[in-house]
This record gives sequence, structure tokens and C-alpha cells, in this order.
Amino acid sequence: MNWSEFFNMGGYAFFVWTSYALTLVVIVLNIVSPMLQRKKTIARIKRAIKREAVINKSSS
Amino acid sequence: MWNWIQRFSSPKHFYGMSAMIIPWFAISALLIGVYGLYLGLFVAPTDYQQGESYRIIFVHVPAAWMSLFIYMVMATSAAIGMIWQIRLADMVAAASAPIGASFAFLALVTGSLWGKPMWGAYWVWDARLTSELILLFLYFGYMALQSAIEDQRSADKASGLLAIVGVVNIPIIHYSVEWWNTLHQGATVAKFDKPSMHIDMLIPLLLMAVAFKLFYGAVVLVRTRNEALYRDRNRRWVRELIEKL
Repeated sequence: MNWSEFFNMGGYAFFVWTSYALTLVVIVLNIVSPMLQRKKTIARIKRAIKREAVINKSSS
Repeated sequence: MWNWIQRFSSPKHFYGMSAMIIPWFAISALLIGVYGLYLGLFVAPTDYQQGESYRIIFVHVPAAWMSLFIYMVMATSAAIGMIWQIRLADMVAAASAPIGASFAFLALVTGSLWGKPMWGAYWVWDARLTSELILLFLYFGYMALQSAIEDQRSADKASGLLAIVGVVNIPIIHYSVEWWNTLHQGATVAKFDKPSMHIDMLIPLLLMAVAFKLFYGAVVLVRTRNEALYRDRNRRWVRELIEKL
């Protein structure tokens, strides 16, 4: 079997490769999105800590 | 026993433990997935009826299985969270929903891409396809309730109830190909008989299914950690951890 035959998938190239490409997209998004979520969550908590520090200072 | 459960299900303890487990899940998912893909694309023989188009099976079926498996994990965790008030279980349920939704979506789209050349249509209102679409909407419903309700405990209760009621859809999806005269083909693996599938096709399929499960394991742990950080944002362990970062 040569490579062009392999990529042709017996004439079903569009359907097969689109399916595999979408699978890759879903997997990559599943990896990236929790990483971004983590960054956002940590940044949010850090901001809250700073804000509280300011409030504590001004009240004391 | 109860003390043991309490200690191990504390978000703080989970946060520390999970960091050690995640890389193992991720690496084994990658290795098994690459090997499964190799067998599926290069070694498995051509199907005598469907030609090469059947190779979609190696991503379609694991994705569909995962959409069901993750739903069961989500509903079970939601029930545990509700009955025994274990906060970690609610976090696992909330972390599972978007992953399950993505796999349900993938199962529908790859199925549609398989249906076009085999059935002549991207979509038909077949019992299997319709019940899987309902599964996707159940995931969306869970996520919508989670984000719409401000109070975390109420959000967990409402979305958890939806998840538990939605479990009735799971056997409907599984048996839809037997109960109704569907266009979707019947089961070839998950049945009491011997699987009616060539072993060289079955092995890559099962490898891909294992790889998808391990991948879910890694991702759900990462997401549950995020949930733990966010929900415990006013507790001391999170504050101490964040200050060290």
C-alpha cells in the first residue's frame, strides 16, 4: 500500500479524515480548556486576595 | 471507614493526590492511543461491505461509549454528592459534564460523516441518533443549570437532579438498535454473544476505547482540581497554595 492510496481511503477520504480531524480538535480543546480555566481561576483568587488586603489595611 | 472516606474526599487531599496521578493517565492514554491508531489505520483489514469508510469506527464508537460512560460517572457522582454530602463528588460531576458533552458531540458528528456515504444522509431521525442527541442536550442542561444558579449548593442539587433523571436515557440509547427498527447498525461488540467483528478490527477498537477512558481520567482530574480551587477559594488551604504560586 502506498501513501496516496492510504490518504485516499478507498474514495472515502473526506469522511474518514474529517472524522479524525474533528477527533483531534475535540481532544486538543479538552486539553487546552482546563489549562486556561486553571489560569483564570488562580488569577481570580489572587485578585481577591489583593483586594481583601487593601480593605483590611484601610479599615485598620 | 467513614472517617477514611471523609479524609480522602477532602478537596485539599484530593488536590495533592491527583497531581501525582494525572501524568500516568495522560502518558498511558497517549501511548495506547497511538498504538491503537496505528493498528486501526494500517493493520486492520478493509471491510468487505463498507470499504475503508468503516475506519471511522475507531473514533466514532469510543466517543459514543465515552459519552455514555461519562454520563454514568456524572450522574453517580451527583447522587453521591446529594446523598452523602461529599463535596468532591459534586466537583467530579461538574467537571465531567463538558467532557461528556464534547464526546457526545464527537459521536454525533463522526456518525453523521459515516452515515452520509453509507446511508446517503448526514442525519436521519433514527432512534439511536435521536437518543444520543438527547444525551447531548442533557449535558447542556446540566451545564446551564450549574452556571445559571449562583448558590453552589442549589446549583449542585438542581443540576444533579437533572443528571439523575436523565439516566433513563442511557438504556434507551443502548437498546435503541434492538427495540426499534433503526438505520443504525446493531451492536457488534457489547452483546452476550461473541463479538461479530474480526479480531484485527476489534483489538484497535478496544485499544482506542481504553485510550479514550484514560484520557478522560486525566482531563476530569485536571478539571476537578480547578473546581476544588474555585469552590474553596475562601478556605485556608487554597489561600496558602495560591500565595506560594
